[in-house]
Amino acid sequence: MQAVKKIKGFSAPRCLKENIFHFCPGCHHGLVHRLTAEAIDHFNLASSAVGVIGVGCGVFLYDYLAIDCCEAPHGRAPAVASGLKRSNPDSFVFTYQGDGDLAAIGTSEVIHAANRKENITIVFVNNSIYGMTGGQMAPTTLPGQKTTTTPFGRNSAGDGFPINMAELIATLPGTAYSARVSCHDAAHVRKARHAMFRAFQAQIEKRGFALIELLSACPTNWRMTPAQSVERLVDEMIPAYPLGTFKDFEL
Amino acid sequence: MSDKLLLKGNVALAMGAIDAGCRYYFGYPITPQNEIPEYLSAELPAVGGVFVQAESELASINMVLGAAAAGKITMTSSSGPGISLMQEGLSYLAGSELPALIVNIARSGPGLGGIAATQGDYGQATRGGGHGDYRLIVLAPNSVQEMYDLAGEAIRLAFSYRNPAMILADAILGQMKEPVLINPAKTPDPEAPWALNGAKNRAPRLVKSLYLKDGEMTVHNWKMHEKYNLLKKNDTRVEVDCPSNCALAVIAFGSAGRIVKTAVSRARKRGLPVGLVRPITLFPFPEQAVAEAAGKSGRTLVIELNTGQMVDDVRLACSGNSEVYFKGYPGGTIPTPEEIEAEICMIFEKGGQRVCRL
Repeated sequence: MQAVKKIKGFSAPRCLKENIFHFCPGCHHGLVHRLTAEAIDHFNLASSAVGVIGVGCGVFLYDYLAIDCCEAPHGRAPAVASGLKRSNPDSFVFTYQGDGDLAAIGTSEVIHAANRKENITIVFVNNSIYGMTGGQMAPTTLPGQKTTTTPFGRNSAGDGFPINMAELIATLPGTAYSARVSCHDAAHVRKARHAMFRAFQAQIEKRGFALIELLSACPTNWRMTPAQSVERLVDEMIPAYPLGTFKDFEL
Repeated sequence: MSDKLLLKGNVALAMGAIDAGCRYYFGYPITPQNEIPEYLSAELPAVGGVFVQAESELASINMVLGAAAAGKITMTSSSGPGISLMQEGLSYLAGSELPALIVNIARSGPGLGGIAATQGDYGQATRGGGHGDYRLIVLAPNSVQEMYDLAGEAIRLAFSYRNPAMILADAILGQMKEPVLINPAKTPDPEAPWALNGAKNRAPRLVKSLYLKDGEMTVHNWKMHEKYNLLKKNDTRVEVDCPSNCALAVIAFGSAGRIVKTAVSRARKRGLPVGLVRPITLFPFPEQAVAEAAGKSGRTLVIELNTGQMVDDVRLACSGNSEVYFKGYPGGTIPTPEEIEAEICMIFEKGGQRVCRL
């Protein structure tokens, strides 16, 4: 694997390995990986963290983060994380999941993990499409959005509606923290970083279930340039997926 | 120190798991295995363990995967429909080379089926059951004592081979009561060099079953195959009771094996030279013991509580060196020893031997 070039005055988080991300240009997974790594460093979790990796473009997280990792079957990461945390409460357990993984095949697992007040953290990347399999409709795909399985655009009458997971999870009493942030510009990335830290803090303080949903772009499968993707994220995704903190353990 | 207690099969199994060091149970209710989670929900917290009732068998097997990845002794239990849902997780456990105990207190099927005992899950249990090229270690108890003993044995084998192990029992064995010698000998927790507990003073670890690089998956498949060969060589378990002049080997496992045992002893009292072969490990299948008994007798009779599943393995083991008769009792029908004795007599009569009428 190719090593990262050093840039003066810019340092990577300690737990981030020096491997170049395999992600497509304009994809926000690399950024979310970095935010996750910053939170691990900030709370000194490199020697206690266990990452549970869902199925999707994020599955190679272990190539980039120097921590213990476990692959989970598609959608089951919150159940695997529950087993890890219950049998070893001293470890810091988080999942890294995409929207197909968490909001379609794994809806049951994430809701019930929250409902059991599992003391785990969920990093949820929502790019409104299945990335790794080549751009099929996700439960988060917007009405009218064209994908390889909605060639005429998502028609809610038969294809359903986008699911707002962060709001849904916030309604459960076991949830300590639930927020939605965006990765599209520096100001929002700073807010995303803060939210990531809160989602980690919740577990460290044993407050219960924490979820951070990060709106992100998938230029390759949106069939757009990275710049166009950022515009789409702002103009179309944020109106459908409002940013905000829907539950916080101290509010 | 050992104690003798009168126990229900399901409870004995749960006790056996605790006595073998299991502290983490994840499961979902289904008949006829509910005494296992009920017992463990009360007893595990008392020994510092954890009991979680999951939202589904899909979730419970994945919680087992998590606890196994943490290096802990962990288990789940279910019956037919639930075991079907667990196949995804079983495949991942095997692919990730994680040990766990899975208990199937089988009921009849397919579909919702019925709650009476059958052996219709033999094929699912012994062929892996989920996707991909793998096997489970499968143990088949025939008494409440073995429900207790084999729970511990399954855990030991699962850790030795880093592979999920299944106890395949049924509603009869789960629900009946027998005296059991229990022996809660404290054994040290097995080593788990894969355990994900934070990379403190060591390199990060990875538990995975994804192999995308050219040739990697092939290497992994052959490695697992070698493991199964070693298991076959060193840890095949079988009960064989064949007289030197054996002219018919009756082969049956689990609760059918128990009924057959009585039938065989009755037939012997009639002077018929009948033997019994009872596989205790269904995978690895005791091919050698079956081949020897079948070769010596020239005739075998396979009795199963299904329409014929283990009989395929018997035929493979015999390689045409023995006549193979089969009598099946599917769907919850339980034969009496007398009925099986009649089958045995019929085979001898077919062979031209006169047998006193029953």
